Amino acid sequence: MKYLIIGNSIASIGVIEGIRHIDKTGEITVVGDEKRHVYSRPLISYLIQGKTDEDRMKYRDDDFYKRNGVNPILGVSAVKIEEKQKKVFLSDGRELSYDVLAIATGASPFIPPIDGYDKVKDKIAFFTLDDAEYLKSKIDKSKRVLIVGAGLIGLKCAECLVGKVKSITVVDHADFVLHSILDNDEAKEVQNVLSKQGINFILSSGIQKFEENTAITENDKIGFDILVMAVGVRPNVSLIKDAGGKVDRGILVDEKCKTSLPDVYACGDCTQYFDISSETEKIMAILPNAYMQGETAGINMAGGTASFDKAIPMNSIGFFGYHIISAGSYDGEESVERGKGYLKKFFVKDGVLKGFILAGDVNRAGIYTRMIRDKIPLADVDFDLIKKEASLICFVKSIRDSSLTKVV
Amino acid sequence: MKRIFVNEKWCLGCRLCEYNCAFANKGGANMYLALKNAVIHPNIKVEEKDGITYAVSCRHCSDPICKKSCIAGAIKIENGVVEIDKSKCVGCYTCVLVCPYGALSIGENGVMQKCELCITNGNGTPACVSGCPNNAIVFEER
Repeated sequence: MKYLIIGNSIASIGVIEGIRHIDKTGEITVVGDEKRHVYSRPLISYLIQGKTDEDRMKYRDDDFYKRNGVNPILGVSAVKIEEKQKKVFLSDGRELSYDVLAIATGASPFIPPIDGYDKVKDKIAFFTLDDAEYLKSKIDKSKRVLIVGAGLIGLKCAECLVGKVKSITVVDHADFVLHSILDNDEAKEVQNVLSKQGINFILSSGIQKFEENTAITENDKIGFDILVMAVGVRPNVSLIKDAGGKVDRGILVDEKCKTSLPDVYACGDCTQYFDISSETEKIMAILPNAYMQGETAGINMAGGTASFDKAIPMNSIGFFGYHIISAGSYDGEESVERGKGYLKKFFVKDGVLKGFILAGDVNRAGIYTRMIRDKIPLADVDFDLIKKEASLICFVKSIRDSSLTKVV
Repeated sequence: MKRIFVNEKWCLGCRLCEYNCAFANKGGANMYLALKNAVIHPNIKVEEKDGITYAVSCRHCSDPICKKSCIAGAIKIENGVVEIDKSKCVGCYTCVLVCPYGALSIGENGVMQKCELCITNGNGTPACVSGCPNNAIVFEER
């Protein structure tokens, strides 16, 4: 069997490991546009903080490709799938044939059209290791940094620059930070934590244009030396779209991670798939799901059987020791637990937990995540108690026994 | 592979396992000196409700979701034991987000800690098991 994987990040590693669960000898080729050993992109802010380095950022050991019999083709991108001939054309003119193909092309930063953007000299999207290295080479105590976007990427960028630059300003259209994963209450707390570190926020405000090193909003003129665009990301769908495969905002895949094209799978941030908490198809560009989708695709590609049928959106993020964990959808009846330094919100519908947001106290959060993923009936849970403290003892004995007295 | 299992019928709720775990992972010759007045961070936790008690630690899942979810690739399986590479962990809490048993927590130096069956700390056999006065925690094949 001849396997071809386009993309060399987390989902791609999942595919390789999934294939090797089943097929120890089939030929695997990986094409990646970054000329690097596989590394974890979410670690770039930790790199700038000095909490990791390029060697420790490697997602798998140096001998990973060799040990798994993988032929990596790096620094080259795929430009076209010829589905009928089962071939992929590369940017350097090469053609690769496959028996089964996985698309793990990820997402790319979205840059909104803003007047004057092209003329801004020092600008990056905070997304790849190249971006981080560029930013690292540009920053010093004299630099003013403007970050457009108060989402996960923008705020992690802001956090890692504290103490390393003259000023940090974050601008966002939304009226509170981390709009995609939080409610207003917790977002206020996050903003407080970051403001205390000297980060400036300009919210409910968009940039109308850039005039060299000044950003013009409705009410402000913000001078800056370095611009970070962190507005959001978009799935890289063009290979599948151009080949006639089904695409919405992301590449559409089923729970086996199959696309609409024969013998073509897709996984990770380039896909759109079913969220069991909201029962809708969604873009859930998060690392754990990318790996699990990749592994699922790999097992199926090699002739095994696997389904990724418990997908939910979920996030863990922290700033200066203040942690927030959220999962599922914020749908249904809301209940709140509030205490000194923490806030927990739960969302219940149809007798099951659908979502939660924990801020300040995230201990054992996975017990709540499990309730969503496994759709544990609240009738089997002491819900009043578990809301206060996540613990297995709030489950009925049969669930406790299956967790603690058997191999899981 | 041997794993840790608990029997809630036999657990006294004495929390010796928590102290033995903390001591095994802290090191030192004397438990009193190591733990007196210290806030302990054991990798095993006694849960208690309505007269029922038992201890929970890492289940060493055969297909662990923490490993699949770790953003740093810092969780690995060595001979069936789920271990954290502390040099790679950045303390992002994604493993806390996904572990269905609540078995990981933040340790010293801002990196995560979990039960590694007293293998990586050099203890040899799980301290929670050998110190349990009523065999409510066992280490065996199932």
